[in-house]
Amino acid sequence: MALKDVKVKIAGVGKTKQITKAMYMVSSAKLRGSQQRIERFRPYADKFREVLEELAGNAGGNVHPLLADRPEPKTACIVLITSDRGLCGGFNANLIKVALKLAREKQAQGRAVRFLCVGRKGRDAVGKAGFEVIPGGSGGLADFDFSLAARIGESVVKDFLEETTDEVLLVYAEFISMGRQVPITASLLPMKSFSTEKPGGADQKSAQAHKAESTKGSVDYIYEPEVEELLAEILPRYIKVQVYRGLLDTAASEHAARMSAMDNATRNCDEITRTLTLLYNKARQSAITTELIDIVAGADALQ
Amino acid sequence: MANTLQFDIVTPDRVVFSGPVEYFGAPGLAGDFGVYPGHAAMLAALTIGCVHFTFGDKQHYAFVNSGFAEVSATKATILAESAELAENIDEARASAAKERAEARLREHGEELDLERANASLRRAISRLNAVKFAN
Repeated sequence: MALKDVKVKIAGVGKTKQITKAMYMVSSAKLRGSQQRIERFRPYADKFREVLEELAGNAGGNVHPLLADRPEPKTACIVLITSDRGLCGGFNANLIKVALKLAREKQAQGRAVRFLCVGRKGRDAVGKAGFEVIPGGSGGLADFDFSLAARIGESVVKDFLEETTDEVLLVYAEFISMGRQVPITASLLPMKSFSTEKPGGADQKSAQAHKAESTKGSVDYIYEPEVEELLAEILPRYIKVQVYRGLLDTAASEHAARMSAMDNATRNCDEITRTLTLLYNKARQSAITTELIDIVAGADALQ
Repeated sequence: MANTLQFDIVTPDRVVFSGPVEYFGAPGLAGDFGVYPGHAAMLAALTIGCVHFTFGDKQHYAFVNSGFAEVSATKATILAESAELAENIDEARASAAKERAEARLREHGEELDLERANASLRRAISRLNAVKFAN
């Protein structure tokens, strides 16, 4: 390679490194924000669980339509949460793989599968795979609040009650740690037994603590309106809470995945720069040597 | 008996209010209700409306967008999909939302989601009320 080419290449890799480094820092800032949101959501989620458990214990044998299993499920709806943008390693690919596998399994059981997608990556991939995508899951992960979860929740509950869907599943990335984000499949509807289903690993401890507390002294609650009506109010909200949790977790996971991808890229840039610099120095050295030989040979010829 | 109860308003995005109050009133699904310290344990569903509470001889108002309230003798928690204290409400935005919702209801096209339009109108009115009461 010519000397100049190597130099240009080194400069190019340097610029790439600047970009990956900047993206790394942006992601780490955003990750902090996402983690704070999860933190802030926790009091709500914990309290929600408490109240639901309380209600479930007192609801008696009556079955709310959202809790009922369909005898012959014909249709399934998969809510898939992915990110809008790439450059985060295998993050979206993993989620999509899990979702498509799930969809094929459901199809093999003879069910029509539809998707409701949050995030551009998932929507594009699912559309390309030939599945029907329900509109309404628009809006990305970049900037969302509870109203997005509320819209999705309302839409799936409505479809379920109108019997256009018999089963609703949620696929999202659970944020376990900086280095680990796992695609999770959770069943949203029908709600089999919400009192044993955990909305997330971290909430489990407080739930156990609560359980211990409630067995100590069970309180007689005044319900307003009646338990059944109250349950009808609260159950659809629980769907929203689960969806919101999925959104928050996926957002945090996306940033964590992008951080590690960009960290790797930055390190690779360093390595390439090192090899190229070595190459450059060698080439320069040999050019100097050739020049010196030329000069010496010229001087020899003059004598 | 204590003359205050610990009162929290919690939304998915943040804790809107947390502190001791002497009294609070909330818009129950089955009608408005008020709670003093020492209230019997209660679980109530809420509708869109205004919550008001008193501490330190002052009335405070907040907007809540449905949810439910859990009350015990010394503690009460409101879990709302969204909630704002009156002083944090953007009055101009709420008025604009009210006009928009009214216009939508007036035109009343075929594909209008009546429930949704009504809900947004009620939200806007409740927000404005909270501001009005507070001033």
